[in-house]
Amino acid sequence: MNLALRDVRHNLGRFLLTCLGLSLLLGVVLSMIGIYRGLVDEALTLVRAPGADLWIVESGTRGPFAEASRIPGDTRDAVARLAGVAAAGSLTFQSVETAHRGRTLRLYVVGYEQGRPGEPKRLAAGRPITRSHYEMLAERRAGLEIGERVRLGRDFYEVVGLTEGIVASGGDPVVHLTLKDSQRLQFELDPPAARRELARGASPAGLDTVNAVVARMLPGVPAAGVAAEAARWKHLGALTQEDQEGLLLKSVVEKARRQIGLFTGILLAVSAVVIALILYTLTMDKVKAIATLKLIGAPDRTIVALIVQQALAMGSIGWGTGTLLILLAKDHFPRRLLLLPEDALMLGAAVLVLCVAASGLGVRLALKVDPATALGG
Amino acid sequence: MAAPLVELRGIAKTYGRGEAAVHALTDTDLQVYPGQVVGLLGPSGSGKTTLLNLIGCIVEPTRGRLDLDGETVYDGRWLRSDLRRLRLEKIGFIFQFHNLLPFLTAEENVAVALDLAGVPGAEARRRARALLDYLEVGHRSATLPSRLSGGEAQRVAIARALANRPRIILADEPTAALDSGRAAMVMDLLRRLAIEQQAAILVVTHDETIFGRFDGTVTLRDGRVVPNG
Ligand SMILES: Nc1ncnc2c1ncn2[C@@H]1O[C@H](COP(=O)(O)OP(=O)(O)OP(=O)(O)O)[C@@H](O)[C@H]1O
Ligand SMILES: [Mg+2]
Repeated sequence: MNLALRDVRHNLGRFLLTCLGLSLLLGVVLSMIGIYRGLVDEALTLVRAPGADLWIVESGTRGPFAEASRIPGDTRDAVARLAGVAAAGSLTFQSVETAHRGRTLRLYVVGYEQGRPGEPKRLAAGRPITRSHYEMLAERRAGLEIGERVRLGRDFYEVVGLTEGIVASGGDPVVHLTLKDSQRLQFELDPPAARRELARGASPAGLDTVNAVVARMLPGVPAAGVAAEAARWKHLGALTQEDQEGLLLKSVVEKARRQIGLFTGILLAVSAVVIALILYTLTMDKVKAIATLKLIGAPDRTIVALIVQQALAMGSIGWGTGTLLILLAKDHFPRRLLLLPEDALMLGAAVLVLCVAASGLGVRLALKVDPATALGG
Repeated sequence: MAAPLVELRGIAKTYGRGEAAVHALTDTDLQVYPGQVVGLLGPSGSGKTTLLNLIGCIVEPTRGRLDLDGETVYDGRWLRSDLRRLRLEKIGFIFQFHNLLPFLTAEENVAVALDLAGVPGAEARRRARALLDYLEVGHRSATLPSRLSGGEAQRVAIARALANRPRIILADEPTAALDSGRAAMVMDLLRRLAIEQQAAILVVTHDETIFGRFDGTVTLRDGRVVPNG
C-alpha cells in the first residue's frame, strides 16, 4: 500500500499549490538558463553570419566586436591576394538609434560588399539589395516591413528584404546596408562640421575606412597559417574565426554567464530551502501518524519512503510543470530563450537530488519520533 | 494452567534522573495467561500507561525481566533488536483516542497493518473487510477517520489491533470515548477474542461499569501493585 500517495490525496490542495509554487521557481531557473543559452547563441549569430574563416582587423585590437577597429578600405584587395584565400569582403559595424513611427528603434548596422563574404546568405522574405544606395535588409525582430522607409543618419533607406536570426550581442536586430552607405553613415561628417574642417584647410576625411575584412580560405587551407602571414602587415591584425568567437564569448558573454550562473545557483538554493521547509512542515503534521505507524510495527524504511516519495513527486511535478510553463511562454520573452533538452534534463536531475537532500530534515524528524507519543492522550 | 503470555519480574521504571527522577513503577511482578482479560486499575499517575508501554516494548525498563510469549525480550537490556517486528507480530494496541491514520480509509487503516506484515494487497483488503464486518463497521469501510463517529473509529482501531492475530492485546482506556452500551460491546468483543484466539488482554480503565467484566484486576498505586481486597 503506497502511503505517500494516499497522504498526498488527503492533502491534495496544499500539495498541488506547493507544486505550483515550485514549478514557478523552477520555471524561472529554466528561463535563466534559456536566456543564457539564447545570449550565447545570439552573440554568435553576428560573428557567424559572414561564414568567414579569417578576420583581419586593426593591429593591436581585438576588433571589431570586443574593441573598435579601423582599417583602410583597400585592405580587402591585399587580403584577397594572399595565397590560400578564396574570397574576401570588407565589413563595417555600428549601432544606431533612430525614431521610427513614433518609437525609438535601436539597430545594429552592418555594411557589406555585394557578392562578397559578409553578404547575408539567406533572406526570409523580399529580395537582396540590388541598387548601390538607399536599400536595406532588416532582421525580422526590428518590426519593419518590406517597402517601409527608415531614416538612418541623414538619409532614408527602403527595406527590401528581411533576414532572420542575425542579432547583435546586445540583442539589437541587425540591418544590412551596402558598404558605401554604411561608410557614409559611420564616417561622413555632417555638413557644418565638414565645412569647418574644409575652412581649417584639412583634407576631407577619407571615407574609405572599414572595421574589418573577412576572408574565406580555399578548401584544405588552415586559416591559422594565413593569419600569421596577414599579421606581418604592421597596421593589421588577424584572428581566425575560432579566435573571434572565443573573444566574443569572453568579452560579451562572460559577465552575463557569471551573473546568470549566480542567479541560477541562488534560485536552486532557494528551491532547496523551500522544499526542505515544506517537507519538514508536512512531516510535522504527520508526527502522530508516524508514531502510530511505528507503534504498529512499521519499519523505518516505510516511514522514510513516505517522506522521500512525496519529495520526489513534488520535485518531478514541479519540474514538469515548470518546463511546460516555459515552453509555452518562451516566445513572449523580450530576448531569445533557447531551451536545450539537455539543460532541462540536467535541471530535472539536480531537482531530484535536491529533493532527496532536502527531505533529510523531515526524515530526521520522522526517525526521531518516539512511538510512545502515539499513546499520549 | 498454560505458560503465561506476559510475565514481568521485578520490572521498574524511573523517568529522568537525580532530582527530577520519577519512579513511575517499582518492582512489579505480573503474569497474564492466554484467554485472560485483566483490568489495570489505579488513580491517575499511578503508572498504568507506563506498565502497558513496558509490555509493548515502547519504553525501556530501568530494571527487571520481561517475557512475552515464552521469549525473554528484556533482562537488564533488550534481547531483541527488532522490537517493531515483535510488536507487529505479537502485540495489538488499542488506544484511548483511536489513533487511526487520518489519510487512510477505515479499510486501509486495517489493511496497512497486514500490509506491513507482508500480506499481499488483495488478501490484506479481504481480511480487513472481514474484520470490519465482524466488528459491525463493514458499511463504513471506505470512510476516512474524520467522518467516523467515536464508536466506529474505536472499532476500526480494534480491527487494526487484531489484524495480525496478536496473542497479546494492550488497551489503554479503550472505552473512555464510548457510551456505556458501546463500552459493554467492546468488552464483550475483547472477551470473545481472549477465548477464541487464546489471547492475553490487558485493559487500563477508570470505567467502573466494566470492572465486573474482568477475569482479574491489578490495582496500581504510586507505581506499586496493591494487593486485591
Ligand atoms: N515520558 C515521561 N517522562 C517523565 N515522566 C513520565 C513520563 N511518562 C509518565 N511519567 C510520569 O510517570 C508517572 C506515571 O505515569 P503514567 O502515565 O504511567 O500514569 P497513568 O496511571 O497512566 O495515569 P493516567 O490515569 O492519568 O493516564 C507519572 O507521575 C507521570 O508524570
Ligand atoms: Mg495513562
